[in-house]
Amino acid sequence: MKTLPLAAGLACLATLAAAETPVLTVMTYDSFAAEWGPGPAIEKGFEATCGCDLRYVTAGDGAALLARVQLEGAGSDADVVVGLDTNLTALAAGTGLFAPHGQPPAKSLPVTFDHPLFLPFDWSWFAFVYDKTKLAAPPASLEALAASDLKILIEDPRSSTPGLGLVMWVKAAYGDRAAEIWGALADNIVTVTPGWSEAYGMFLEGEADMVLSYTTSPAYHLIAEKDDSKAAAPFAEGHYLQVEVAGKLAATDQPALADAFLAYLGSDAAQAVIPETNWMYPASTPAAGLPKGFETLIQPEKSLLFSSEEAGTLRAKAVEEWQTALAK
Amino acid sequence: MADRLGKISAVLVALILAALTLGSAAVTASRATSWSLTPADWAALRFTLVQAALSAGISALLAVPVARALARRRFRGREAVIRLMAAPFLLPTVVAVLGLLAVFGRAGPVNQALTWLNLPGFSIYGLHGVVLAHVFLNLPLTVRFVLQGWFAVPAERFRLAQSLGMGPAAQFRHLELPMLRSVLPGAAAVVFLLCLTSFAVALTLGGGPKASTLELAIYQALRFDFDLGRAALLAALQFALCGAVVLATLRVTQPTGFGAGLGREVPVFAPGGWRLWADGIAVLLTVGFLAAPLLAVALAGLSGMGSLPSGLWAAAGRSLMVAVISALLSAMAALVLVLAVLRGARWLEAAAMLPLAASGLVMGTGLFLIIHPLLPPERLALPVTVLVNAVLALPFLYRALLPEALAMQADYGRLAESLNLRGFGRLRWLVLPRLARPLGFGTGLAAALSMGDLGVIALFAGDRAVTLPLLIQRLTGAYRMEAAASASLLLLLLSFALFWAFDRMGGRHADA
Repeated sequence: MKTLPLAAGLACLATLAAAETPVLTVMTYDSFAAEWGPGPAIEKGFEATCGCDLRYVTAGDGAALLARVQLEGAGSDADVVVGLDTNLTALAAGTGLFAPHGQPPAKSLPVTFDHPLFLPFDWSWFAFVYDKTKLAAPPASLEALAASDLKILIEDPRSSTPGLGLVMWVKAAYGDRAAEIWGALADNIVTVTPGWSEAYGMFLEGEADMVLSYTTSPAYHLIAEKDDSKAAAPFAEGHYLQVEVAGKLAATDQPALADAFLAYLGSDAAQAVIPETNWMYPASTPAAGLPKGFETLIQPEKSLLFSSEEAGTLRAKAVEEWQTALAK
Repeated sequence: MADRLGKISAVLVALILAALTLGSAAVTASRATSWSLTPADWAALRFTLVQAALSAGISALLAVPVARALARRRFRGREAVIRLMAAPFLLPTVVAVLGLLAVFGRAGPVNQALTWLNLPGFSIYGLHGVVLAHVFLNLPLTVRFVLQGWFAVPAERFRLAQSLGMGPAAQFRHLELPMLRSVLPGAAAVVFLLCLTSFAVALTLGGGPKASTLELAIYQALRFDFDLGRAALLAALQFALCGAVVLATLRVTQPTGFGAGLGREVPVFAPGGWRLWADGIAVLLTVGFLAAPLLAVALAGLSGMGSLPSGLWAAAGRSLMVAVISALLSAMAALVLVLAVLRGARWLEAAAMLPLAASGLVMGTGLFLIIHPLLPPERLALPVTVLVNAVLALPFLYRALLPEALAMQADYGRLAESLNLRGFGRLRWLVLPRLARPLGFGTGLAAALSMGDLGVIALFAGDRAVTLPLLIQRLTGAYRMEAAASASLLLLLLSFALFWAFDRMGGRHADA
């Protein structure tokens, strides 16, 4: 019985400590919170000003993240969700779990994106990446790629966000001809991987000439590995965008902190962390500009992106079209 | 008294297994809003069955000559070869696929040799690639199961057969065939069920959406469509398949009834002539097939040693802890089940096989739905991982224990009864010594499997409970393929060390 007062005392202390430093729980995907991702620097920067404790809760990738938000529902401990993909925002908005973010729109997106619930924090174009030393003349369009006998690796739209991005890319560029393009691409596809990392790893091992990734992928090899052999091929149809967004959960118990965090995420300090940790473009280019090396990347002239609603209604049919065309 | 304790704990274990597998699926189903399967799901079912049947059949067929060669030949490095047999099975699937690609891929030595010989290239992508990978992953396990069967035949029986003038063909008919009939269906069933829930291998090497498996359909339903009803239906389909396979196995499997031996290892007569050559070739080909991709994994791992992240050792320590605890739990539970089955409760066999059909994703989702309202799931990440890994490894332990346990019962059961050797005395003097070898093997397998598992932790982990497989996934997700390859090598070495330690412990006690 002697332990009882002690336990009570400890419990009091714990509550006191909790009352002193509020906790902001940020739900995000794995590689955001990893020690080499943007998470740690953003946590440090935000904690320096907020007088709070920022904690990350992680869930696989962008799709897994939304699944977790839905699993937890209104009872979630999380306050902010960071890392949803624009192709899934319609689904996310439909859950009714998100609240308006109230932040000014991002400044450096190649398209206008002003969604009341979702705030972009980084973006890049999808692109086929190749090795300049092995492929001298890359195709100049999706159609030219389909007509060539080059081998490509792509991701499955049923399990990965880049895979879904490519399906949307073909749909946005070719509309009703999408199935025909997929039919022509079928003999180029070495295999379809469950996620980005398998495809990219296999490309680096020499399993294919090109891999579906991002225009910013070569920046990793150039800056982190001092290797300038990788490049993204510019395509005439334009490039589909991946825009990663953050949102505030309606059920948050720290609404003021959540707002402060979203404001910080859009600030120069946080945006400057993005390019060399997430290897994407910041949603608002910081005053100091982009890191050296990013100027070597291709700049597609035309950007393609369905609105959240369009993407939401098109998704199921476009994936089915992809599946039928490739299963022949 | 002790027997009643045994019975109660066996029922308890079965209940826990059912709760975690069927129960988690039921919880997932309870949140369903719609119930329908798409035509693509049925296509996925067809492909799943075909590739699983082929993988299981080929693994079982190839395992027989290899296991026989290893059972009857004595050569330098034989122990090492037997231990190598576990390695591919212990690889995380993504690492295994990269190892196979390094050998059979477009830029690998096989295709280079073909080009050099002016022969058309070989593409690993397609149904044959999926089967090749599954045979690579599961043949070693099958060999080990069959080898356990060979060890369970008392050496005295072989000597008797020889003194009766039986040739190799007659020995096969009277000794080896009955043994295979008791071991092979179970081993093949395990491989079939393992391939049933394959996801990454089938998709990566399958070449496209034609190669979709049920597990991929479950993944899509849970992750992209958030269609819990469809996920639960698909999970139910997997359970039904598993049930059918287990029932079929029970019907085919027959106890051997060789009688007891002295339990000493006696030099086995091994026929010479072409049979010696055949055995040699079987072992050499298998070692080459298994070792080449492993070597590729090791070589790839060495190059990134300088770029390993700082969190590596903490993650490795966490993984080791999870692996050892879950393996010991699993071993205890499997022993309890096997002993209860010996006492006649054959229905428990189904409970022991259930986890093989369980989708890790559905189990994780169900547990998440149960735990989330009570506690932040990330706080329970490690305990839940221990529990789920213990459950997932149990079928292997059970399979490893059963043949020798049946033999033990047939040979010593009556003697033990007449000596009134019961309860803990029986456990100490009969069960543990007789079952030490498969128990060590199975526990090692369970530990290594748990070490490489990525199923549940990915759903539960916060940023404070990162395990080694999760760390590897995070590295590959951020371009750090070299560091990931090194971390994979470390994972492989640790898994193998764990397996080796338990396996050796079992082998040592068996001879005592």
